Amino acid sequence: MDHPIKRDHSRFRKIVKGRIRDNLRKYVSAGEMPVPKGDGTFKIPMPSIDIPRFKFGDRQQGGQGQGDGQPGDPVDGQQGEGGEPGQGEAGEGEGNKELEVDLSLDELASILGEELELPNIEPKGKKTLESTTDKYSSIGTVGPDALKHYKRSYKEALKRQIALGTYDPNNPTIIPVKADMRYRSSNTVVEFENSAVVIYMMDVSGSMGDEQKEIVRTESFWINLWLKSQYKDIEIRYIIHDATAKEVDETTFFRTRESGGTLISSAFKLCRDIINSDYNSSEWNIYPFHFSDGDNWSTDDTKLCLDILDNEIIPQSNVFCYGQVESRYGSGQFYKDLNSKYGEKSDEVILSKIKNKDAILDSIKDFLGKGK
Amino acid sequence: MRSFDLLRSKPISGELLKLKEEIHQYAIDYGLDFYPVVFEVVDYDTINILAAQGGFPSRYPHWRFGMEYDQLSKGYRYGLQKIYEMVINTNPCYAYLLKANHLVDQKIVMSHVYGHADFFKHNAWFRNTDRNMMDVMANHGTKIRRYMEKYGQDKVEEFIDKVLSLENLMDANVLFETSEIKRKREEKLVALEEEVAGQTDDRSQALKSFMRAKKRNDVDPSLPPSPDEENFDQMAPHEDIGSRDIMRYLLEYAPLKEWEADILGCLRDEAYYFLPQRVTKIMNEGWASYWHSKIMTKKALRSSEIIDFADKHAGVMAMSKQNINPYKIGIELMRDIEYRWNSGRFGKEYVDCNDMVEKSHWDLDSGLGREKIFEVRRTHNDITFIDEFFTEEFCNRMQLFTYKYNPRTGRNEIESRDFLTIKQKLLSSLTNFGQPLIEVESGNYANRGELLLRHTHQGVDLDLAYAADTMKNIYAIWKRPVNMATKQDGNEIVYCFNGKEMKPV
Repeated sequence: MDHPIKRDHSRFRKIVKGRIRDNLRKYVSAGEMPVPKGDGTFKIPMPSIDIPRFKFGDRQQGGQGQGDGQPGDPVDGQQGEGGEPGQGEAGEGEGNKELEVDLSLDELASILGEELELPNIEPKGKKTLESTTDKYSSIGTVGPDALKHYKRSYKEALKRQIALGTYDPNNPTIIPVKADMRYRSSNTVVEFENSAVVIYMMDVSGSMGDEQKEIVRTESFWINLWLKSQYKDIEIRYIIHDATAKEVDETTFFRTRESGGTLISSAFKLCRDIINSDYNSSEWNIYPFHFSDGDNWSTDDTKLCLDILDNEIIPQSNVFCYGQVESRYGSGQFYKDLNSKYGEKSDEVILSKIKNKDAILDSIKDFLGKGK
Repeated sequence: MRSFDLLRSKPISGELLKLKEEIHQYAIDYGLDFYPVVFEVVDYDTINILAAQGGFPSRYPHWRFGMEYDQLSKGYRYGLQKIYEMVINTNPCYAYLLKANHLVDQKIVMSHVYGHADFFKHNAWFRNTDRNMMDVMANHGTKIRRYMEKYGQDKVEEFIDKVLSLENLMDANVLFETSEIKRKREEKLVALEEEVAGQTDDRSQALKSFMRAKKRNDVDPSLPPSPDEENFDQMAPHEDIGSRDIMRYLLEYAPLKEWEADILGCLRDEAYYFLPQRVTKIMNEGWASYWHSKIMTKKALRSSEIIDFADKHAGVMAMSKQNINPYKIGIELMRDIEYRWNSGRFGKEYVDCNDMVEKSHWDLDSGLGREKIFEVRRTHNDITFIDEFFTEEFCNRMQLFTYKYNPRTGRNEIESRDFLTIKQKLLSSLTNFGQPLIEVESGNYANRGELLLRHTHQGVDLDLAYAADTMKNIYAIWKRPVNMATKQDGNEIVYCFNGKEMKPV
């Protein structure tokens, strides 16, 4: 039987996620996902619920510390050497609810998967990409000392001594000679991998501001992270478009600010061409993502878009994802158009509206939650 | 109900047991005296559970334990924090050892724990704590679980949330009930129990006194009792006016349902149980650290373990620029006292001596150090400890400073290294265990049955947003408007929460 605290724990999680006890919602300090800080460390905000109490205003209070420094020197930002140990006494637990940690991308991806309860992706198609790895899975009689397998070597020695009758159970001394030595040796293994490509398309027309791009950037960071954890090899292509589309590198993708009209079909055409020329859909898992604020130039163009999607992009892709970032200028029409055609339950097209930064996680869950 | 079976904990055996016996003997030889200490070996998940529950294996159901557990497990999983030692102030004392710890760590923990155990038994502020708290906590859990079944989990939990809002509104003097007061109270309780015969006796102490209050005020329970009513005679709330024990005040005079009063009483008991540990944090950790250091370096340490010990010890003693490390200040102050009393650096003669050379060579060889620190651990709490023994020399040696938020640069900056400033600030941060000083001024404010609280301003304003939400929670218990007299930006001001919002009167 589980300890009752597991029930308290799941209750806490439910409150944080806003499923129960709505009146506590305002005391929840949000934050589930690690925030990259740029130097390889991540801030992991701990979700917590603050019980209101009479307490002192923070600012005037200040505090005391220990160490070097002149009056006027800052005290923030430097952690004490070695952390304070977890405290034994009960009772108090207030303080900083944020952890700063070094995380590898793999760990980060698994946190993402865990927090959002993402299913593993079922790759389609054959495993075609060949890769070779050396695995130390067998034993040889020659090799460098560093790879010496002591257990096997001593077993050999024991066998030899028993066979020779020099083994004395009362004085079990085993001395290996050179011929007894065994070493780990490698076998070359050929593995077939699934390969995947992500094609990001973004509307960079005048109505997409910095805030919207930031949302797209953050979201694509997490999407890449997840897909990378699922596929060993992954290619990423970037397309930006206003009235015309072009393929760009990653930096340009997030930096460019164009202006002018929007023809979404231009991006879809380019996307189609890239798929046709570089990625055979029977071998590749293809993920086209399109982000825009939902404005398109004309209904004719929208019709053309749906046409290309239907006949050429969707049949080749695992899933087509459209994320609509809310902006002050965008009409959001494109979402409605797609929605009326594919609906929300479609297996081939996933639609998501991203209102603001806080909605990014939900949107990622929309996109990746189906395990496709 | 004991629920160790739910936990994967087991008593120590083998080598650990031998170590325990060895260290136990060292502790005894040094003159430490404690209730029996029971060590249990637990894995990290179990220690996280225990720590989340304040050290106790069984508590009432509440999300906050889940929250603590969530944070502790995450911290452990990312390798950022690890709980080292945990010891519970009960008789016998329970202490937990983390299974994965190195043997040196276990030795440090054991020595440290004996220090705490001695402190629990002898410090004056712990004299009235309930040493059966393990059972009491479990009983509270059972009771509250029963209420949840009866009235619904959300409803009961919501009420608990409100009470937790008041958990810091305690009066440390309650810990210091003199024996006479205690005897009187017990007599009253016995009398009361006879009156309410037939009731089972698993109610909290506080509920019993609550019921006494109710009896006197049977006219119309929906009305908030007012101090001026006639039927509030000899035991009138007058004696509670000016009380900082706000939980008790509400328990006695707020129009509570019986189950609400019972829960409030339970939570108050628990809060007061933990209070002594809050008012002796520096001393308690200092004392335990002093002894783990003494026992390890003089007796228990093997030569092969020195580096590991030094590493661990240094980690625990690390100074921080943002906070005072109670372990560090505590152990250093204990050692300083021992040194001063060993060399006779105390008393009028030493203080009055103005010859710095003579002072620095002062040694009367009085050898009173050990005796003195045992006395200090018995009679002091953090405030008196700092007030009496925190000297200028010590302050400089510890490289202490105060810092303050600088609105111009938007960061905290070192403010001063002046001894008096630091001591002042240190003391005020310990005053009322670091919580705002708030007392009940009237239960019939403006003759309208409103509650008036007074915040004694000591230089720092209250956080208004928090105050508003807290008053909302008190309102939900008091069921009449709640007022709060305080100072903001230097101006006297009374805020009133009228059921909808908090605004200045």
